[in-house]
Amino acid sequence: MNIKTFSIGGIHPEENKLTHEVATKVAALPKQAIFPLGQHIGAPAKPVVQKGDKVKVGTMIAEAGGFVSAPIYSSVSGTVFKIDTAIDATGYRKPVIIINVEGDEWEESIDRSDKLELVKDHPELTPEEIVERIKTAGVVGMGGACFPTFIKLCPPPTAKAECVIINAVECEPYITADYRLMMEHADEILVGLELLMKGAKVTKGYIGIETNKPAAIELLTKKCAEVFGGTEYSVEVVPLAQRYPQGGEKQLVDAVIQRQVPAPPAIPVNVGAIVQNVGTAFAVYEALMKHKPLFERYTTVTGKKLQHPGNFLVRMGTPMKDLIDACGGMPEGDNKLLAGGPMMGKALTSVEVPICKGTNSVTIISEEEAFRKEPQPCIRCAKCVSACPMGLEPYLLAKLAAVKNWERAEREDVVSCIECGSCQFTCPAHRPLLDNIRLAKSTVMGIIRNRAAKK
Amino acid sequence: MDFMLIAVAVLGAIGLIAALVLFACSKKFAVYEDPRIAQVTELLPGANCGGCGFAGCGGLADALVKGADAGSLDGLMCPVGGQEVMGKVADLLGMAIANGEPMVAVVRCNGTCDLRPKIAEYSGLRTCAAMNACGAGETACGFGCLGCGDCVAACQFDAIHVNPETGLAEVDEEMCVACGACVKACPRNIIELRKKGPKGRRVFVSCVNKDKGPVAMKACKAACIGCGKCEKECPFGAITVENNVSYIDHTKCRLCRKCVAVCPTGSIHTVNFPAPKPKEEKEEQA
Repeated sequence: MNIKTFSIGGIHPEENKLTHEVATKVAALPKQAIFPLGQHIGAPAKPVVQKGDKVKVGTMIAEAGGFVSAPIYSSVSGTVFKIDTAIDATGYRKPVIIINVEGDEWEESIDRSDKLELVKDHPELTPEEIVERIKTAGVVGMGGACFPTFIKLCPPPTAKAECVIINAVECEPYITADYRLMMEHADEILVGLELLMKGAKVTKGYIGIETNKPAAIELLTKKCAEVFGGTEYSVEVVPLAQRYPQGGEKQLVDAVIQRQVPAPPAIPVNVGAIVQNVGTAFAVYEALMKHKPLFERYTTVTGKKLQHPGNFLVRMGTPMKDLIDACGGMPEGDNKLLAGGPMMGKALTSVEVPICKGTNSVTIISEEEAFRKEPQPCIRCAKCVSACPMGLEPYLLAKLAAVKNWERAEREDVVSCIECGSCQFTCPAHRPLLDNIRLAKSTVMGIIRNRAAKK
Repeated sequence: MDFMLIAVAVLGAIGLIAALVLFACSKKFAVYEDPRIAQVTELLPGANCGGCGFAGCGGLADALVKGADAGSLDGLMCPVGGQEVMGKVADLLGMAIANGEPMVAVVRCNGTCDLRPKIAEYSGLRTCAAMNACGAGETACGFGCLGCGDCVAACQFDAIHVNPETGLAEVDEEMCVACGACVKACPRNIIELRKKGPKGRRVFVSCVNKDKGPVAMKACKAACIGCGKCEKECPFGAITVENNVSYIDHTKCRLCRKCVAVCPTGSIHTVNFPAPKPKEEKEEQA
């Protein structure tokens, strides 16, 4: 069988999926939970609680701050300690709501039973109702980018959705949270997928999984046949070759349905696909069927030096320190702490950073592996060009950034860069390609925004 | 013989017609450029640094001539040439001397390696812009100097350097022409153009940390904690505390230095004041 994958570029980093077979544990409640107001793409949320207010698990503590935004719900019960600033995953101090945890009292509306609810038993869930409830539950893309999910389900009038693709690729090394979620909650994920398909008014669904997760492919293929056999929906599990960055939206669309998403501002729905992470499908199930807004997520805490790396079902707002301690504590010596995996993760300087909606992993890299090698001159080998999954010329973009030639960088499509880091990973001269390209991308995007604002 | 005469006549006729056409065109499509623009450009330093806010010296010259016609040279200033050049320009244009006080770039961070301990090691691209995009940098202060020298690279006058002892950018007053290139290059807006002051004497808050007092203090022992003591002390209303950080308005400051004495963290800096008996000179006029 010819296994599918995306058409250009890509790399294959060492997998290091240390926690594949470690069953998910429920993380202990934190003493104090920290909720950054800007944990999604778009406008930061606006607090609706004040210092001293009592909240329960599932109480809304901040409302959406604009159209592209999402509300935030408390993951703990207790008292609002203060609305202040704290270091979040950006590395800067940002506005947060801090809640002192007292007991564990849930909102009554949340259904805490394990009973599997099916879409056919809930005729009140019309497509509009589904989108609305996803919006109010604060569900955002759980793969890391945190784009509000409801917006993806409402494509612009020029585009028409044809299928929903579930992103269960998990191509990033180390991370296993999505895999554990699939193994432990396959039924719920499929109901979530059905809800997403109904919400987007399509009948075709795909689940893209890399072949390093054979058990998940087998399980979901079997369940799909059971659940969707004989219904109006047709869902296909697509095994994909192991290749990074297959989990990138555009790469996944290319791999699964062989359609190429044009350069920005085009999005996957312009070629008919709505891509949602497997964690998002689960969150949608819980939000709609169990009336449970998004305040918990699956997170992998991993690292070669960590004593007991594991997967956790964790309440958002829990400081990373609590999870690291649950895994045997920070290893000796200097370590590199990442929110996310080693390829796309963001290095942090504080263990007090809380788990947010997009924190799929806490990765700890030991000192020996953390440092970059000394950069050497570019030898024009063009390995970065072959590795770039977006068909860009990383060596050129990096150079343009270094000499601040933003006009040319814009012409060379720097804004198409997905910041996957394949170029830098593959560079034999250890050049800081992505660092430069990221600078160029943010500068050029600023220039484009200014230009649009002037018009 | 006839051939030669015909050739001469034809060529002469063509030449005459072409000359008439060219003459007509040059009259019809003549572009008048004020000759003063070229003269003013000649007077300007020709560094094309952009410190005046225009793309180059030609742009400033154009604006100066237009300004002279409109009757005012306000806001037009060549920071490189300074008073001297602007005086000559004003003479040429028959205007009163252009108003502009000598300025100098000031780095508002005093978090040296001793006062602002390192909490992390950065191994990415060593430019301030890249490090700033990654987070707070190697120290816990998200506002302070990153010390990678983006300002040094931007300076065309070799007037700013990173001191390896302190890890901070330092301005060479003699060399600085206040073109503002470093101000634009700094991703954290630490550098500011301030009045050079009489005999180069200045008082400024050497910190831009907007964190609350305890947080700022934990990150850096010399941080401004926004306590407001200086604001209360200032007899001239030159000091304002906003977002937990104090700022001295250099246009209002009279250099009395009362604020320096009350600052609990020593984040208010004075430069070029004589060391002995500093109190006697406090009424020095700005």
